[in-house]
Parts: sequence; structure tokens; C-alpha cells
Amino acid sequence: MTDVIHRTAAEIAAQVADGTVTATEVTEAHLARIEAVDEKVHAFLHVDREGALEQARAVDARRAAGEKLGPLAGVPLALKDIFTTEGVPTTCGSKILEGWIPPYDATVTRRLKEAGVVILGKTNMDEFAMGSSTETSAYGPTGNPWDLTRIPGGSGGGSAAAIASYQAPLAIGTDTGGSIRQPAAVTGTVGVKPTYGGVSRYGMIAFSSSLDQGGPCARTVLDAALLHEAIAGHDPLDSTSIDAPVPAVVEAARNGSVAGLRVGVVKEFRGEGYQAGVMARFDESVELLRELGAEVVEVSCPSFDKALAAYYLIAPSECSSNLARFDAMRYGLRVGDTGGRSAEEVTTLTRGAGFGDEVKRRIMLGTYALSSGYYDAYYGSAQKVRTLISRDFERAFGDVDVLISPTTPTTAFAIGERVDDPMAMYLADLCTIPTNLAGNAAMSLPCGLADEDGLPVGLQIIAPAMADERLYRVGAAVEAAFRARWGHPLLEEAPAL
Amino acid sequence: MTVTDDLVSYEDALASYDPVMGLEVHVELGTATKMFCGCATTLGAEPNSQTCPTCLGLPGALPVVNAVGVESAIRIGLALNCEIAPWCRFARKNYFYPDMPKNFQTSQYDEPIAFNGYLDVQLEDGTVFRVEIERAHMEEDTGKSTHIGGAAGRIHGASHSLLDYNRAGIPLIEIVTKPITGAGERAPEVAKAYVAELRELIKALGVSEARMEMGQMRCDVNVSLRPHGREAFGTRSETKNVNSLRSVERAVRFEIQRHAAVLDGGGTIVQETRHFHEDNGSTTSGRVKEEAEDYRYFPEPDLVPVAPPREWVEQLRAELPELPRARRNRLREEWGISEHEMQSALNAGAIELITATIAAGADQAAARKWWMGELARRANEAGTELAALPVTPGQVARIAALVAEGSLNDKLARQVIEGVLAGEGGPDEVVEARGLKIVKDEGALGAAVDEAIAANPGVADKIRGGKVAAAGALVGAVMKATRGQADAARARELILERLGVQG
Repeated sequence: MTDVIHRTAAEIAAQVADGTVTATEVTEAHLARIEAVDEKVHAFLHVDREGALEQARAVDARRAAGEKLGPLAGVPLALKDIFTTEGVPTTCGSKILEGWIPPYDATVTRRLKEAGVVILGKTNMDEFAMGSSTETSAYGPTGNPWDLTRIPGGSGGGSAAAIASYQAPLAIGTDTGGSIRQPAAVTGTVGVKPTYGGVSRYGMIAFSSSLDQGGPCARTVLDAALLHEAIAGHDPLDSTSIDAPVPAVVEAARNGSVAGLRVGVVKEFRGEGYQAGVMARFDESVELLRELGAEVVEVSCPSFDKALAAYYLIAPSECSSNLARFDAMRYGLRVGDTGGRSAEEVTTLTRGAGFGDEVKRRIMLGTYALSSGYYDAYYGSAQKVRTLISRDFERAFGDVDVLISPTTPTTAFAIGERVDDPMAMYLADLCTIPTNLAGNAAMSLPCGLADEDGLPVGLQIIAPAMADERLYRVGAAVEAAFRARWGHPLLEEAPAL
Repeated sequence: MTVTDDLVSYEDALASYDPVMGLEVHVELGTATKMFCGCATTLGAEPNSQTCPTCLGLPGALPVVNAVGVESAIRIGLALNCEIAPWCRFARKNYFYPDMPKNFQTSQYDEPIAFNGYLDVQLEDGTVFRVEIERAHMEEDTGKSTHIGGAAGRIHGASHSLLDYNRAGIPLIEIVTKPITGAGERAPEVAKAYVAELRELIKALGVSEARMEMGQMRCDVNVSLRPHGREAFGTRSETKNVNSLRSVERAVRFEIQRHAAVLDGGGTIVQETRHFHEDNGSTTSGRVKEEAEDYRYFPEPDLVPVAPPREWVEQLRAELPELPRARRNRLREEWGISEHEMQSALNAGAIELITATIAAGADQAAARKWWMGELARRANEAGTELAALPVTPGQVARIAALVAEGSLNDKLARQVIEGVLAGEGGPDEVVEARGLKIVKDEGALGAAVDEAIAANPGVADKIRGGKVAAAGALVGAVMKATRGQADAARARELILERLGVQG
């Protein structure tokens, strides 16, 4: 049973469906793997052993009863601890929610359960998804399975590390500025940020409402597509959810092709700050796309250089409001309630003790940016930049079918290396942020190892809004070509844990 | 509460200054569900029984706009002669308070659904005063805090507070006037008439019962003074939660007198919120706004813009009911009463009740008489609104019918009303239980008349001598003897008959 953990989600689902293996066996194998390696990796904040086994047994019972199972039934999954799970702790990586047991399931959680997916537990993340390394988690960092002294990316480092270390074939992440794609890039896995509104945000604890988007993490493009299809689609509980058919991502992933496609290389994403090994792998990817029949052209997106600045006004502004609810009144941590203090004092003490430094930094930035007299200069200007970035994309997509870039300027850096340098940390999301600001879709998939450090490099593919299927069509073609070139999945080169 | 503020007389204040008012009225909509979630809105439910992740502000929960709430807002806007925004957004108003689950209120800021309107209000003497409307916007109510252990339910000195989130998320429409100038000495009356008219409008639209004593309609009163002839407004005070028509009038009057005293003394008005005290009609300082409150408004990213299609708005406009002032003019003519009488009925919140009583069979004079007389007196005594009295228009119509058929006289009818209000049942049950039928038995009445004549020979002689008016004394004696249950008119007839005098 040990090899089941190396199989893809598609394979596991097929084997559960045809009876080669039971969902319970699959789940037990993954729980054993977690038991064996997660002490080192620290991908999980909470393992829901009983809940997982119960769900697995239910899938087995449905199969035994002759029911037709869905395409992911019986497949284990690691859920980012930002999604509410009824009866299962949800902390969002923060002390302020320690011990909180949500009374309701997020829409994503509910859809996973309905699809027969087995939720193994909740994964580590930067506190309230604010970070690019999972180091701001109140519960300690997660190691990158390629090198445990390095960061697994963030904020969804736990989800990416869980699949890269075979603790789960699938995971769910959320991407506000790159929190799915950047961890995928630095762990040699696949991560997709769907079009904004493609996946319901109901029950996904908000960091920056206009940017947050849940999405799939997997080891293969097809697995990501299967998971994407399982969680996407209109949700009446989320007003910003798109009421339109889900793009045909699975079909696209099964029919990878770039022949005749126009691919744009974003000119602005290179130069100072980009690691040589990253750019070497990226340039190879461009060549590969040409070999596969794509027409590659250079595209300029002049406003992208303002994206990071705009992001660090919009996201903190929204978070300063979204996180106001953590006031010790109704749930979560309560500090200093000794009987003699006012509600205001208890709220202040609780927030002081419950939030970490990065969260406080962003709440302060956002509070300032929204304050009267500064609103126009900061929040207002940032929204204008957002419009300019959308126009850059529109112009580019008038000419090409997809855009490509490196996912991150560098490979995984060392744990602790950028903790005290927020600006250096923020630069990790340089290439991913424009997509969040514009609301369109993007994928990161492995394109090799950097020569300097032997660490994974991610290729980012960007598609227009509601054209998510293009990511999968191109991604599947690139994945297949690299696989043929390397002779095996990239992850097999990772050291054994 | 001692009033420490010096006041100048109202006349002196008006001699020196010109008052400017601004009125902000919050109306709780009577929708079946809350503004941003599906929770019920039933009043008086078990605390926190009508809540869900969204209205409790649980992590991850999201709002969805109540379409009926939007429709109600548009209808209010149309009835207030406002423009309806073709596209508008919700905004977050950020501030911390324990009864506000998200620590921001989902409201509207610079893009209200309705703006630039007016409401014509009629004063007691028939003068029509136009109050300009700045905006009407949608928002959600907060929860309710109950402070335990402090004085008068205030947070100050309380040992703890109880929070009920049933009210959190109930739809509110906030209606804000433009600065009301030119009312002069009639400012308090204008303020009161505006709130009364608005209340009628809201009720006519059927979007809320608008009962002020239940907090379904709440009023904040802004007042400032400027010396006569000066263009610029003075600093204003904002008196919060003035929750009856009478209080609105008194609060404006008090603030005019208080401001004038401060200004006359060379002082400056502090921009602050003030509390109104029903007991003595004064206001006291609440929270001083040391700096302008910064709510850090920004567009609510969890909601999509509201873009009501033009055709829908026009359809809603076409379907508006007859609005209160037009209706009142029609009713006034039908009832044949004066402007002043109509205004009194309006101020008493009696128009709907009178109309319903007429619909239940009473004639209009009787319906008005009971609601504006005995029932208004009792509502006033109980410190409640007419509509809140435990008597229905149908019951009042029945009482009027009993009077009309001669089964009750006015005095007995008042006793029936007392019984109905005391929960003793409907009019017929009260009549039965209390034995309140007029004595029509000629034999018993005749005996009472004979006794009265015998007991008052002097009066009888006067009547025989032609002083017919003195019969009243004998009627009184008959009524006393029959414990008020005699038919007074018949008793008078019998007295005159027995004494051989023509009535």
C-alpha cells in the first residue's frame, strides 16, 4: 500500500471506482505517511483522522451499494486552514482563532464532501494568508520537502508541502497575491488561481475580499483540473461568484496542445532581482513552447511595475476591515477578561496578543490608507492602478491567447532569510500579483530545477478571465513535453524524507 | 437628571438667531428576512435565536443583498421625489462596537440608492413647508446591547452587558435631509411635522410599520444657530435617538435655547452627540467628537453593485400607492373637517385607525371622536402610540354601533373601552360582563323618574314653572340612581312628561 501515496488523484479515483483499492485503504496509507513525515515537514495544523476515515468508509459503502462514484471520490485532500470546516478546528494560522470550532462548512468544504473527497486535515499557512513563506503562521513554519531548511512558499506553504511530500495527492489553497502559485513554484507542484468569482469564497476566511480566490493544488495538471471542476461553479451565498458554466478545464487538461497558439512573454518580468537559474529554465520553456508549435511573441505590460505598490495598499486596506471582527466578543481568543475591564480594553488586549507582527503591520497600513484625507492618495490611486493593469491585460489578450512568465523571481529561500525584511518578502509575489488585481486566471507548473541550487522553478501561464481552460490546455502540453524530456515527474528528484 | 445648561427664552433665541436643522431618520424595513442573510426578523424572539454565520460576522461568512430591501429603498426614494441611482454600491463604515458583529456596518456612502428629493409637509395652520431630501440609503442594523448594573441602563457603571444579535442585519433605510433653513420660529414644528409625514409615507408604502416606540423609526436631530443675516452655518449638535414626535419638537426647541445661551455668553458650540431626556425635555452631552469621526469608508468588496433597471424603477413608480398628503386632502374633504383637525389626527397617528374604523362600519364623526378623544387620552396616559393600544378599529366600530343604536351612552362606552383595553375581551363581552346596558325598561326608568321628582320637589316646581333647563338636575339624579345605565334622553322626556311640560 505504500506506493498508493505516489499515485495521482486521477489514478486513485479510478482504482477506488474499479475496486482495486478501497477509499479506506487509500486514506489509511496517507494518514500513515502524515504520521511518518509531518513531524519534519509540518504541513498540517490539524489532522482529522476520524473524520477522514469516516468519509472514506462512506465512499466505500456507496461503491458497495452500487452507486456511481464521482471523479474524485475516495481521493484524500489537504485543506488550507482558511476554509471553515464544521466541527473541525479552523485557525487561519492565527492565535486569535485558536480553539475555534466553526459551526458551518465553507462552500468549498461542502462541495469536496459531496464529491466524496476525503479531507485529511487542515494545512499550515501564513497568518490570515499574509506572507510568502508560511513563516508568519502562529504555529511555526513549514519546511520545503526539497530542503527542509527552506520555505515552501506562502501563504499556502502547508498545502503545497503536503502534496510535494506525498501526504496528500490534492490540496486546496487560496491565492490573494500568489499564495497558490508561488508555493507551487518553489515545491515543484501545480497550482491554479481560477478566475476571480470562479470558486466560492463563502466560508473562506477573508484576507482581501476583492483579490482572494480559492483554487486547486496538485502534482499533475489533470489532477488540478479534476479538483478545479469539483469546487468551482456559482454559489448563491457568494455575491461575487460568477453565474456561468465552469470552464471545461478537465477536457482541456486531457487534450493538452499549444499548436497554433499565440503565447506572449511579459517583457517586464525579467531583469534585476531575477535569479539566473530561474530565467534559464524560463527561457527553455519558451523554446519548448515554440517547438510544440506555439507562436511566441514579446508583450509589454507597462503598468505591471506598479502592481506591487497597488497591491500593498488594496490588500491591507481590505484586511484592516475584514479582520476587525476578531474582537473577542463572539469567538476565538479572549485576553484580559478579568471582570474589571471594558469591552474595548479586552478587544485591544486580545488583538494585541492574538495577531502576529505581519498581520498588525498590514492592519496598520490599511487603516492608514483608508483614513480620511489619505483615501484618495492611497486606496483611490491603487484602484486606478488596478484599472491600468486590467487594461494592460486586455490589450495583451487582444493579441495573444495566453501570457507566460516565471512564477517567482527566485527559488525557495531559506527559512528566516527574509523574515525581517518585508520588502524582500513582498518581492516573491512580483509576477503573480497583477493577475489578482485584474481578476483573471493563472497557473504555475514545474519547468525544471535551477542550476545554482537544484531547486524547482515554476512557469506561470496567465489566461483571460473565464478562459481558465486555456491554462490547462497549455499546461498539459508543457507538462507532457517536460515529462518526456526528463523521463519522470520532476518531484521524483526531490530527496526522500 | 439636573439640567446644568443655561437656557435663554425661546423668543429671545429666535430674536437673535436663525435655526438650521438636519434630520436623519432610520427606518427599519418590515422585510421577512434580514438585509444580507436569510435570517427571520420577527420581533420579540428569544435573544440570538435569529442569527446565522453572516449576521454574527463569523469568519468566512459573506453577505447577499435582500432584493425586497432594495425594492423598498427605491420605493421610499420615489415617494420622496428622489432620483434613483442607475448604479450604486454598498460601502463599509468601519468602527468598533461590541453589538456590531463585523465591526463594520454595511451601508452606503457616496453612492446612495436615492438622492435629491423633497417632502412637502403641512403645518397645523395649513402652511406647506418643503423639506429637501439629501439622500436615502440602505444599511443594516446593529445588534442590541443591554447594560446590566449601571444607572438607567447606560454602559457607564455597568458590570456587564448582554448582546442580542437578532436585530443585527435587519434592513434599515437612512433618510437624510438637506439643511433645513427658513423655518425660523417654526423649526420645532417643522421638524415634528416632517417626521410625522415621513412616518405616514413609510406606512402608506407598506415597507415598515414605522412604530417609533418600537424603534422601527429612529430620529437624530441636528441643530445649529447662525446670527440673522449670516450665510455660514454654525456648529451643530447631534441629538441621537429622539424617538417620538413630541420629543423631536422638544429636542429642537431645547437645543435652540441651549445654543443661544452658549453663543450669547460668548462661548462656542462643541460638535458633539447629545442624549435626549424624555422626562424633562432636555439634552445632555454624549460623546464629544474631538476629531471628526473617521469611518474609513470604502466600497464593500463582498457585494456587487446594485444597478436597478430603468424599466423596473418606472414600474415601481407607477405602482406607488396614493401618498399620504394627497390622501389626507381627499379624506379631509370626505369627512368635512378642517386642516387643523386633520393635522391633529395625523400627529396622533390616527388616520389609518380612523379609516379602518370607518371601513368597519362606523360613521366618520364617531370614528374620529373615539380615536381622537378617549383613545388618544388613554394612549397619552399610557405613554404609547394610538396604534399600540390593545384595541382594534373593528372593536371601536362596534362600540360606535352600540352607541348609535342606543345601547350605550358615551359614559358607558368609555367604560367599555376601559374594559377592552384592560384585556377583558371584545366590546360585547365587556358589556355583558360588566352589565353595562342602558336601562330601557320603561317601568324601571319611570320608577327612577318618579323617585327623582319626589326627592327634589323644589327642582320639580321650577320645571313646572317653565325652567325646562333645570330638568338636567333630575336627569342627573336618575342617572345616579341607575348607575349611569339609563338612557338620558328618554329619562328627560319622561321627567317633562310627568311634570306636564313641553320639552
